[in-house]
Amino acid sequence: MSTTNNMSAPGSFVPLTSRGKQVSQKQMSLMERIYIPAILTGLFITIKHFFRLKRPTIQYPEQQRPFSKIYRGMHVLKRDEQGRERCTSCGLCAVACPAEAITMTSGERKKGEVNLYREEKYAVTYEINMLRCIFCGDCEDACPKEAIFLTDRIVESDYLRKPFVFTKEELVEPMDPKKRIDVTKRQTPAVLKFKENKVFAHNR
Amino acid sequence: MIPTAIFLLVLFVITLTVAAYSTYGERKVAAFMQDRIGPNRAGPFGLLQPLADGAKMFMKEDFVPASANRTLYFLGPAVAMTTALITGVVIPWGDTLQIGDVSIPLQGMDPEIGILFVFAMVGIGVYGIMLGGWASNNKYSLLGAIRAASQMVSYELAMGLSIVALVMMTSTLSLSGIVDYQVEHGWNIIRQPLGFLIFLICAFAETNRSPFDMPECETELVGGFHTEFSSMKLGFYLFSEYVNMFISSAVMATLYFGAYDVPGLANSGWDPNLITIIGVAAMFAKTFFFIFLFMWVRWTLPRFRFDQLMNLGWKGLIPLAIINILLTGGIMLALGQLAT
Repeated sequence: MSTTNNMSAPGSFVPLTSRGKQVSQKQMSLMERIYIPAILTGLFITIKHFFRLKRPTIQYPEQQRPFSKIYRGMHVLKRDEQGRERCTSCGLCAVACPAEAITMTSGERKKGEVNLYREEKYAVTYEINMLRCIFCGDCEDACPKEAIFLTDRIVESDYLRKPFVFTKEELVEPMDPKKRIDVTKRQTPAVLKFKENKVFAHNR
Repeated sequence: MIPTAIFLLVLFVITLTVAAYSTYGERKVAAFMQDRIGPNRAGPFGLLQPLADGAKMFMKEDFVPASANRTLYFLGPAVAMTTALITGVVIPWGDTLQIGDVSIPLQGMDPEIGILFVFAMVGIGVYGIMLGGWASNNKYSLLGAIRAASQMVSYELAMGLSIVALVMMTSTLSLSGIVDYQVEHGWNIIRQPLGFLIFLICAFAETNRSPFDMPECETELVGGFHTEFSSMKLGFYLFSEYVNMFISSAVMATLYFGAYDVPGLANSGWDPNLITIIGVAAMFAKTFFFIFLFMWVRWTLPRFRFDQLMNLGWKGLIPLAIINILLTGGIMLALGQLAT
């Protein structure tokens, strides 16, 4: 019966963990019982905060937190230097998308549309459901044509679900060279170097 | 007659404005104490926020529960608001203003029993809460109303007893008489610090302000007595709390801080009207300080438990108030000031 030797006498305190604390039930002193000193201490603390002028609030629409350089926000469908859409509707982004947020239909470029689309095949519709999108950036990784990028723009909130399905209208960047969306920040040196490696098919 | 009517109208407007801006002040004070900024979108510095809140309250659906007692349900907020507003009449906001031959006393009414009038109105004010809570036919509302009633009964007692000591000294129940006494002998706070402390604590309980806001204890009673109220009826309840706060601040300033009295100003030999106006400003400054104190305490202290509240009232404040009476009587006897 060696186990009984380890058991303590009833009533004595055996700590179960090293972090246990002895609970104290001592009576409050008179000063503590009339509360007033404690209340004054409390009032002093709050008034100190009252006159503290530094507040951590950020006035959102006017003021924004600094974004990360490579923030992954709303997507953009890029055009090339001559203003032609880069997307060829290959569907790799849709396949890569873990949230299955991307759908597209492809079409063939007609005569006279050479200045609109870079290659013979293009995306007739291209939709991203922003409610499904998790902004992981896998579509950008998968894209062989450097057509889709995540930008530091925020998808604005809305009251309905419908407007969150973004079509080409919202996604394709404007033709005007001055209004182009800058994605150079997303193209870090490591990415650019990787793109130079022609061993991979989608870099050729 | 007409000057008094004008004065009452002005007082009414001022009371409502102060109460409205107290809601704004409350939110700002709360924000500052919590290192936030507070309302700042409606108008410059959010100054139009009370108007926006009021408009919102009016726009809301005016809902009446199917099982509610309709008459009492409508009467509740009305009683709460009316009694809250009525008390301001007897408070001496300032000395007499002399315009030509017309002298306007800056006190709506000066009954011999001014302080009792205040107590009576505060007592009726509880009916607003009780009627509302009872008529809602909702257990949380009823619990809130019962709490309000028992809280009022317990604290009104201590409040009245704390006043007894004060009345013994001033030997008048008229509020203007009490002010005159203070102009002559110095502010009552110097002679009645304990009485003031008791009165202050009771004032917090009477206005249902934190840490004694048991009747609307959100964590236990949803919204307390106004759970079932919506639209401007709720608005009236919330608003009457701020009016009450303003009035009890004014009462405290009157009873213990000399109301419109600024020491040394009466003998300065300035124009009497100027002195009166400075006095009114002083009265409002004192009142606003107490409103700030109400808010300051609200955002500092957690709410009492109900039994703690009752313990403090019956076992703490009432005996203390009686001791205060005995002390005051003893000292007056020793100094030979007892009226024969």
